[in-house]
Amino acid sequence: MSATGLKLFPLRSRHMLPGFRLSLGFTLFYLTSLVLIPLLALVIRPAELGFGGFWTAISTPRVLASLRLSFGMALAAAVIDSFFGVIIAWVLVRYRFPGKGLLDAVIDLPFALPTAVAGIALSTLYAPNGWIGSLLIEHGIRIAYTPYGVLVAMIFISLPFTVRTVQPVMAELGLEVEEAAATLGATRLQTIARVILPMLGPAVLTGMAMAFARAAGEYGSIIFIAGNIPAVSEIAPLLIITKLEQYDYAGAAAIGVVMLAASFVMLLALNGLQSWAAKRR
Amino acid sequence: MKKRFLKPAEDPLWLRLFLGSVAIAFIAVLLLLPLALVFKEAFANGVSALWTAIKEPDTLASVRLSLIAAGIAVPLNTVFGIAAAWCIAKFDFPGKTFLVTLIDLPFSVSPVVAGLIYVLVFGAQGWFGRSLADHDIHILFAVPGIVLATIFVTFPFVARELIPLMVDQGRDEEEAAATLGATGFQTFLRVTLPNIKWGLLYGVLLCNARALGEFGAVSVVSGHIRGVTNTMPLHVQLLYDNYDYAGAFTVAALLAMLALLTLVFKSLLEWRYADELAAAHRH
Repeated sequence: MSATGLKLFPLRSRHMLPGFRLSLGFTLFYLTSLVLIPLLALVIRPAELGFGGFWTAISTPRVLASLRLSFGMALAAAVIDSFFGVIIAWVLVRYRFPGKGLLDAVIDLPFALPTAVAGIALSTLYAPNGWIGSLLIEHGIRIAYTPYGVLVAMIFISLPFTVRTVQPVMAELGLEVEEAAATLGATRLQTIARVILPMLGPAVLTGMAMAFARAAGEYGSIIFIAGNIPAVSEIAPLLIITKLEQYDYAGAAAIGVVMLAASFVMLLALNGLQSWAAKRR
Repeated sequence: MKKRFLKPAEDPLWLRLFLGSVAIAFIAVLLLLPLALVFKEAFANGVSALWTAIKEPDTLASVRLSLIAAGIAVPLNTVFGIAAAWCIAKFDFPGKTFLVTLIDLPFSVSPVVAGLIYVLVFGAQGWFGRSLADHDIHILFAVPGIVLATIFVTFPFVARELIPLMVDQGRDEEEAAATLGATGFQTFLRVTLPNIKWGLLYGVLLCNARALGEFGAVSVVSGHIRGVTNTMPLHVQLLYDNYDYAGAFTVAALLAMLALLTLVFKSLLEWRYADELAAAHRH
């Protein structure tokens, strides 16, 4: 065992500090047994259906509708959050006003607040007799128990990702470029639109991708407000649970694999974005 | 009238007012209103009703189970985070970047998928389902399953806080200690730990908040047995689905208090010990 260890990591003999094998060994053991092997079970399970069976399992109208809802609304939520996230980050970085520290801290509320709590609060708020829902229903707009409820919950849950990705990059922007633009006769709006925003591009896209990934997989805050009508406001994670309750493990795993594949693509895209951003710095 | 000239990199007043109002209104409606509603509903029937709802045996059982799950998951993930950060920050080995990506993986997996994978391993039709049933070992729909799901969703918190911090701090101090004859354990305790203690606390704080609040992953493996396998967030759902809104919002208010405390401590750490946290959290 130790011989193979040495062969795998020939650098080991040059380490000055102790504990390399112990810490790496524990890390790999813990990661493999708790994360990688269970994930492998997910990837392998749909194989028993065969490719045809897998395709049949995920191409039923109900499954397709749930995937379309989860990913479509997640994309919409990510775009909306990015728009407001840039404004909020700008206000937090550039303006000075009383209560700014509080406003800054509140941004992380969706990270800290358990999703079930957010779920029942949003549901009560946007229900036809709720504080916001009753105002909207007068104008014929229904949020709770429709696909728009899904969107509202996703916007709530993903907001911190967009703000927190853009904020540090914005804080590092030097004022020199803006001053140069102003000196050369650009109006303030021109400077913002053509100088500042393009420099924020990679950060905004990164935040958007993270917001999208979180929203697409979100469950707790959505199920209370969505109404969960099959093929209308039923999200993909909920359908996984429904299939599990019907002991359709392979069917549940098939949807799970699609969602996992989407996570992988997002992870790769994020890595790509980050190296692009690093090159542009 | 004296006209005040704007600095070249300053927004005009109308723009500042406009963007400021948009940001504050958006945060107020989207984030603060739901929070206010939770406390308003919890206190709707007075403090004594709130107290009665908390003392309900099933509610107390859910608090106990949440504390057990977090009490196991957080220390384990903390030890893991330290071990992972130690080998990644203090040593060079092939595949390091890939390892960091794998450690982050649980963050990009849907919580429901996190629960699902344990069902596929330990469930009745799962890999080990049959042999576990033969030995009368219960993992799914029991406490071990809830602990496993909690570990999975809180897996990267401590590690991803410590890795960038310890990579930034480098190896010089530890190598000096080792040269002067300190053992590995002494080096860690006397040199590394004082350097990373606030970052460690930061990671543990976030890990704990998520562990107590996790819903999706735990929901899949819990089986929802009232008073037995219901954590606090699951108990919120059970009460809400049974139209016990007062009870649901009472437990929700407890969780919201916890979230607020977490935010306060987190902001305090970011404000007071900014230099000793990972760069991403320095404001």
